[in-house]
Amino acid sequence: MSILVGSETRLVVQGITGREGEFHTRASVAYGTRVVAGTRPGKGGQTAIDGTVPIFDTVAEAVSQAGANTSVIYIPAGGAPDAILEAVDAGIGTIVCITEGIPALDMIPVVEAVRRAGARLIGPNCPGVTSPGLAKVGIIPASIHKQGRVGVVSRSGTLTYEAVQAMTDAGIGQSTGVGIGGDPIIGTTFLDVPKLFHDGPETEAIVMIGEIGGSAEEEAASYAAEQLKGVPMAAFIAGRTAPPGRRMGHAGAIISGGSGTAAEKIAALEAAGVRVADSPTQLPKLLREAGYRP
Amino acid sequence: MKIQEADAKSLLLAQGLPVPPWKVARTPKEVEAAAKSFLDAGAGKVVVKAQVLVGGRGKAGGVKLAGSAAEAAEVGSKILGMDIKGITVRKVLVSTAAEIVKEYYLGAIIDRASRRIVLMASAEGGVEIEEVAHRNPGAIHRVSADPQLGLLAFQARALGLAIGLRDPLLSPFVAVARGLYATMQANDADLVEVNPLAIVAETAPGGAVTQRLVCLDAKVTLDDSGLARHPSLEALRDLDEEDPTDAQARKLGINFIHLDGTIGCMVNGAGLAMTTMDLVKNYGGEPANFLDVGGGARRETVRGAMELILADSKVSAILVNIFGGITRGDEVAAGLIEARGEQSREVPMVVRIVGTNATEAAQLLREARFETATSLDEAAEKAVALAEGAAR
Repeated sequence: MSILVGSETRLVVQGITGREGEFHTRASVAYGTRVVAGTRPGKGGQTAIDGTVPIFDTVAEAVSQAGANTSVIYIPAGGAPDAILEAVDAGIGTIVCITEGIPALDMIPVVEAVRRAGARLIGPNCPGVTSPGLAKVGIIPASIHKQGRVGVVSRSGTLTYEAVQAMTDAGIGQSTGVGIGGDPIIGTTFLDVPKLFHDGPETEAIVMIGEIGGSAEEEAASYAAEQLKGVPMAAFIAGRTAPPGRRMGHAGAIISGGSGTAAEKIAALEAAGVRVADSPTQLPKLLREAGYRP
Repeated sequence: MKIQEADAKSLLLAQGLPVPPWKVARTPKEVEAAAKSFLDAGAGKVVVKAQVLVGGRGKAGGVKLAGSAAEAAEVGSKILGMDIKGITVRKVLVSTAAEIVKEYYLGAIIDRASRRIVLMASAEGGVEIEEVAHRNPGAIHRVSADPQLGLLAFQARALGLAIGLRDPLLSPFVAVARGLYATMQANDADLVEVNPLAIVAETAPGGAVTQRLVCLDAKVTLDDSGLARHPSLEALRDLDEEDPTDAQARKLGINFIHLDGTIGCMVNGAGLAMTTMDLVKNYGGEPANFLDVGGGARRETVRGAMELILADSKVSAILVNIFGGITRGDEVAAGLIEARGEQSREVPMVVRIVGTNATEAAQLLREARFETATSLDEAAEKAVALAEGAAR
């Protein structure tokens, strides 16, 4: 069983006619995700993806006419905050924003609006969410996943692929893989996802992929120590060799004032009983050592 | 993007904050002229401050006082050309030396955990805030600006009261705190810091002494993602202090950070790029750089990235690690083959390409006789061995 996206998902793609929007929607459809609508203001009434997906002018119409309950956003940074707010206003429950490069100050009022509406935002600057065998929302390659019972949360994109591929190769399937995004201001945090896995059914083990910067891994570690006793867990933290004071690609990946280092995060996770890998390829082995039997 | 103190002060001034006048000088002669203008206007002393984008200028001897124009020129000649943490000082800021009564710290940051702008203040000003946080965390007071309404006057007042300010300096403090918030919003800054925010004593010509709150220093960093909508701020980028490779990387749209090792890395994705560096280190090597070619990299980007890596003469082996999602493996492979045809020197390379179009990539690489690897660990291990072989 999955969290966030699954067999109930009815997806509207905001920005379906763009290059990225169209390309990744095709992959989502091919995966079996129920894509019920796309939006492109001014092109309402037309269709996308070889005539199979109706285009609406607004998200509200996608909700009222096509029953959309989840949205994915492939709109450039200038328009993406507005796209999130439009989805919130239309009553969408789960919003996945792939867009990279949104100014942090734009996101502060937006995440607040999402919170007040009781909606859930994943991202921005994230690869998306996949529940293997059920639904794929975003840009994570379909081929790396295998259906199973390990929940994966990650701050990174391609590093997630690496970790998930290693698990799949070792015969360990996943319930849901969530890339929360590498920006400083994001809708769903590193701590939120293990909580969702814990509250949802049938996720039996958790893999966390963190990186330098911020303190989300430490917060997740203390939650794990208190609430996830007995749940097999393994983690990997990127950036052990990153120099302080430099932004390592992701806007949020920076060691500042001596805090946010990989060493601190690894120590916090290990103290909480989470096994931390030296390489993503060790994750399947660590999960087994933690008592997980796929 | 970091900007110099003088530019940060201009941004504060534009929001109406109290910043004493200053001049920027690039030669001892300019320092002398600037000092003379302040001394003629009634300053008892002037301060000459190195303009570099690193902290700890004072400790390094980059901030000095002078009582005459000639002394200022002499101080200026010492500071200009000085090396501070590996950066050569090319310009200084000259200003009236204030008569400081008390120093405070005031800063606005983006707080990730609360997802709000947080203002921090401390009565222990003039020292690095990280140091205060470490030594006496209770001395730092915080308020979170409302995410939709901004920093409200009562919040700013509470902060001023917490650090011990009272009438008549409380209202000016509220104005400064709200001004910091406004500076952040107006420029898409992710940090605005005034340290020290000082109470200074000013003596009027009649001899009356008044106290005033002024911003004696300023530090602003800009959100790179916000720069596109503030074209004028791009001009504040200090090219003097920038590694030439940084400018080239920016042009290519890739993330590149130069490091000290011998193994050049080319990776797609920031997290995977860091992981690749970490694994190089695990196997006993030292990464020469962090390089994320970004999502969907085309062959031109790959060629440009290879040029950047090879420009570092310490690089003795190269590790290419691509996990294709949006990025197509065959496109990267074609770029690598083209780059090899153009490159000025032979450096051993190991290439790992998995994910989208990996099969096509493998064929191209095999035909071009590239050394390849299948797993990340294998790639890192091979790269380290190649670098060691090259060193022998």
